[in-house]
Amino acid sequence: MNRRGRLWLLPVTVLVALLLALLPLPAPVQGLRPYWLALVVAYWVIEEPGHAGLGFAFVTGVVADLVTGSLLGEHALRLVVMAFILQRFRAQLRFFPLGQQALAIGGLLLNDRVVAAAIHLLLGLPQLPWLHWLAPVVGAMLWVPLFLVLEAFRARRPR
Amino acid sequence: MPSFANPAAPRPGDVAGTLRLLAYLALSVALIVFDHRGGWLTRARETAAVAVQPLWQLAGLPARLGQAMREDAVTRSMLSEDNRRLRNELLVMAARQAQLQVEADENARLRGLLGAAARGGLDVQLAPILDIDLDPSRQRLLLNAGSRDGVRQGQTVIDAGGVLGQVIAVTPDTATVLLLTDLDHAVPVSISRTGVRLLAYGIGRADRLELRNIPVSSDVQVGDVVVTSGLGGRFPPGFPVGRIVDLRPDDSQAFLIGGLAPAAQLDRGRDVLLLRGTAPRARAPEAAEDASGEPGEGTADEADAPGAEPPDGEMAR
Repeated sequence: MNRRGRLWLLPVTVLVALLLALLPLPAPVQGLRPYWLALVVAYWVIEEPGHAGLGFAFVTGVVADLVTGSLLGEHALRLVVMAFILQRFRAQLRFFPLGQQALAIGGLLLNDRVVAAAIHLLLGLPQLPWLHWLAPVVGAMLWVPLFLVLEAFRARRPR
Repeated sequence: MPSFANPAAPRPGDVAGTLRLLAYLALSVALIVFDHRGGWLTRARETAAVAVQPLWQLAGLPARLGQAMREDAVTRSMLSEDNRRLRNELLVMAARQAQLQVEADENARLRGLLGAAARGGLDVQLAPILDIDLDPSRQRLLLNAGSRDGVRQGQTVIDAGGVLGQVIAVTPDTATVLLLTDLDHAVPVSISRTGVRLLAYGIGRADRLELRNIPVSSDVQVGDVVVTSGLGGRFPPGFPVGRIVDLRPDDSQAFLIGGLAPAAQLDRGRDVLLLRGTAPRARAPEAAEDASGEPGEGTADEADAPGAEPPDGEMAR
């Protein structure tokens, strides 16, 4: 299947993920907000390893830091770590059934929360409320729909 | 087409991949450290903020549309109900205001007798909050008004309850507010009842501030109202900061730590007021540190802080 020329989708998905990260949520469920950007980066690292690698993860992370006003480099570090693990296990991950893939993504997101908590701990920044530790579960549940939607977009034949 | 393409990653899992990982990790850590230590990256951040400003506007759009729809959908009876309630409130406020005006005049006269500098009126500008969620571990707000609307860095931000924070970064159409509750924030305050001067620190939680190094001997009680003292020149004096909700001894047992419930409503989706005409003279952190030197010896300042409190403090209720 020829998927060249489908790469315009990549910046678009990043942009949408950034907007979803900013979108105001009611305070009680704010902690459950999935890490959209990580899902998107994971998708591209798995599906387009030639175009999306560590550099892509880093640049996306820095942009996310600027947009969400977090510590510059925090998202970058988290996404680079995730992209690296994904690259290592890409060969296996690709051929997992989707459900199993979602589980793996959930594990990665959990690992990402640990990384974030470690950064905050080292710098003496406040830790997030415990609810944020449930966000990886939400992220894992969203993996299957997200994967299918993006696949559908990319598989459509160009005119 | 994408400039962020990563040319050679067909076969990761080798040494090169690990080296690249280390390089990017080092880069990220360097960024984190520089940003955390402050200073160096501020300029770059401000420039970049101009670029991401449209994204903020876009992200705030759904909330604004939702609000507009809610406002369009309200019924006539609700409007008239609202109108009636607001009229009543206005009446009560006006009565209080009249009463306060007498006291303000008297205050001004007494100040004149004392030879103290007169304090100007309250010159404010209304600015809407851009309803988007920033990094949850930081206490920041984004305003939908920027340098084009006359917002300047260092301006004090208040709402009906009291001080909210200060403007720390301005782009043409947005402004970032550092809330009182941010871990990086400290504000010089005084107890309005006694004039004891202290510092209120943010601890990164939206519902709490802390007063540290309160001498055990000083006259501080649970329930005391805390207002800005005006020391350091960054915040004008006399605006409510919060109310003391608990007092406990610190680790050394020589001082008390006071918990403070913020007076301002630190949630989103409303308008805030920006104070004009309070030009920041000094850099805030240094000024705050200076003020912390003698927290107990507040008597000299007594004429200053409580005298200024009633107009704004009472209006808030």
